[in-house]
Amino acid sequence: MLRDKLPWIGAGIIAFFIFCAAAAPWMAPCDPYAINLEERLAPPSAAHLLGLDANGGDVLSRLLYGGRISFTVAVLVVFLSGGLGVGVGLLSGYYGGVPDAILMRVVDVLLAFPGLLLAIALVAVLGPSVANVVLALTVMGWISFARLARGQTLSIKQREYVLAAKISGQSDLRVMRVHILPNIMSPIIVQGVFSVAGVIVSEASLGFLGLGAPPGSPSWGVMLSEGKQVLLEAPHVSFFPGLTIMLVVLAFNFLGDGLRDRLDPGARSRGRVQGEDAEIEAEPSHG
Amino acid sequence: MEQTMALARQKVNQNSADDGLVVLRNIKKHYPLSGGFFGQARGWAKAVDGVDLAIPRGRTLGLVGESGCGKSTLGRVILRLEEPTEGAVLFDGQDLARLSREDLRKMRRRMQIIFQDPYSSLNPRQTIGRIIGEGLVIHGIGTPAERNERVRSLMETVGLRPEQFSRYPHEFSGGQRQRIGIARALALNPEFVICDEPLSALDASIQAQIINLLQDLQEERSLTYLFISHDLSVVRHISDRVAVMHYGRIVELADKDELYGNPLHPYTRTLLNAIPIPDPTHKKVRHPLSAVVSTEAPCLSTAGCGYQGRCPETDDKCRTDFPPLVRVNSGHWVRCHHAGATAGAL
Repeated sequence: MLRDKLPWIGAGIIAFFIFCAAAAPWMAPCDPYAINLEERLAPPSAAHLLGLDANGGDVLSRLLYGGRISFTVAVLVVFLSGGLGVGVGLLSGYYGGVPDAILMRVVDVLLAFPGLLLAIALVAVLGPSVANVVLALTVMGWISFARLARGQTLSIKQREYVLAAKISGQSDLRVMRVHILPNIMSPIIVQGVFSVAGVIVSEASLGFLGLGAPPGSPSWGVMLSEGKQVLLEAPHVSFFPGLTIMLVVLAFNFLGDGLRDRLDPGARSRGRVQGEDAEIEAEPSHG
Repeated sequence: MEQTMALARQKVNQNSADDGLVVLRNIKKHYPLSGGFFGQARGWAKAVDGVDLAIPRGRTLGLVGESGCGKSTLGRVILRLEEPTEGAVLFDGQDLARLSREDLRKMRRRMQIIFQDPYSSLNPRQTIGRIIGEGLVIHGIGTPAERNERVRSLMETVGLRPEQFSRYPHEFSGGQRQRIGIARALALNPEFVICDEPLSALDASIQAQIINLLQDLQEERSLTYLFISHDLSVVRHISDRVAVMHYGRIVELADKDELYGNPLHPYTRTLLNAIPIPDPTHKKVRHPLSAVVSTEAPCLSTAGCGYQGRCPETDDKCRTDFPPLVRVNSGHWVRCHHAGATAGAL
């Protein structure tokens, strides 16, 4: 019974956090960049529901604004890498041959790299900024979409309706757009939802390592990292960002699981590629 | 080999005299068997290995053979879904390989295919109306309103209700889906239709309906059929002429009554013997066909007759000499050393 409800719970949590992020300017009780050194590290109180951080910034307000960074990055990365990956995978699978073989070896090589490590290297070279985080995560993210789209295309292009379309004189582009793409979308949508969770974790990780949003900005990863310094005196500073990341990632995984059961029942073994290490990242807050 | 080619020419010429709409000249389709370290070919699977056929306008040629004998591949080569390794497909006198992209596209309007599996032959994301009318859209025929009108009348022709226009394929049964496939094939008014096992996924009662529909349509529209099947009773019902295929080669070719009444190739006899007779008192001698031919896949072996491993009459000649397709009487051709001898003696 709970299994059936989890996707809805996930969707509810996601809707709540997205609403909070969107409405941050109206909902936040304080300016997220405000500095209040007198009351720094104050524990949660009626005035500051989630307490204050090391600079006296209101944790709740910063979390609300942080959602804007996380969701913007996640949506951008998933759409960019999804679009790029599906395009590459579709073309590669449809035409096959030598370009396909070369492309898939490139994908194998990229897959052999630990994704986050390469993202760290890229951001380190390009310089830490939100735009470069999006770029680095897209460079890593398109691969799984390309593999998935290629595999699906290989199976769908054998279907007789695709042959029928070719016989009726349709161009390759039209065959791909009308007959293949709509029939490979289900697993790709599922993959997209799981990737959102993965990207949020990766963005937070980069922030935590000081390679994402600049220090002092209200990003969940940066907040976690800043709270780490004062973990013993003021655990609330890192606890709440950690809890938020965990909840959001869990919610996307619940939603992804539900969508997969609904749209792509054959694929239990796939998916859940990236979101798995969510709890590990959130750990400092509990320790 | 030389002799075969010469005979094939002769046959083709003879057939083009009585107006072969589709003429196949020495069609070969070999697939590389990759498996080497760098994916180079280890050998070739000869799915179709030198087929000469002519299908006269308005007639039906039945093509029979067991699964994997290359009959569907041949159909796909004719439609140029697959490039032949060798040989030419002539449609209405024109070599399809020499047509430009645009001319081939136009030529494709004139030939269509009805597929075996009515579940994978319809795009699950398109409505029936779109599926049937897509060819019209592609070739820019008519205004949208005219196209809809045409699709509706096609639906009636094949026995579907026009108000099902906006339904999706999953709402239909196998037989209805096959009717949708037939309507799609007919949308562009083709002259030649390949029926690639169109009945094998259907129940016996539905099979009868569909075969009657195909026959009615042939009569109304003077269609030319290539009817691919492994079911000899169905082929007997619908064909004018029947070709028997065994591992990529035509082993016997004759008019329907001649082939069923006087089968000369041992393979044809075995196939005919396997047709079930709906009479419990009927006792017959069975000649079970050995499934395993030899340790090597038959499509790979080179020397001698392709049927040697399964044939009860194999002798030394069959092991060394490749039998040519010989004419035994007018319109009856067979590829067998022994059948040729018997026929010659007659």
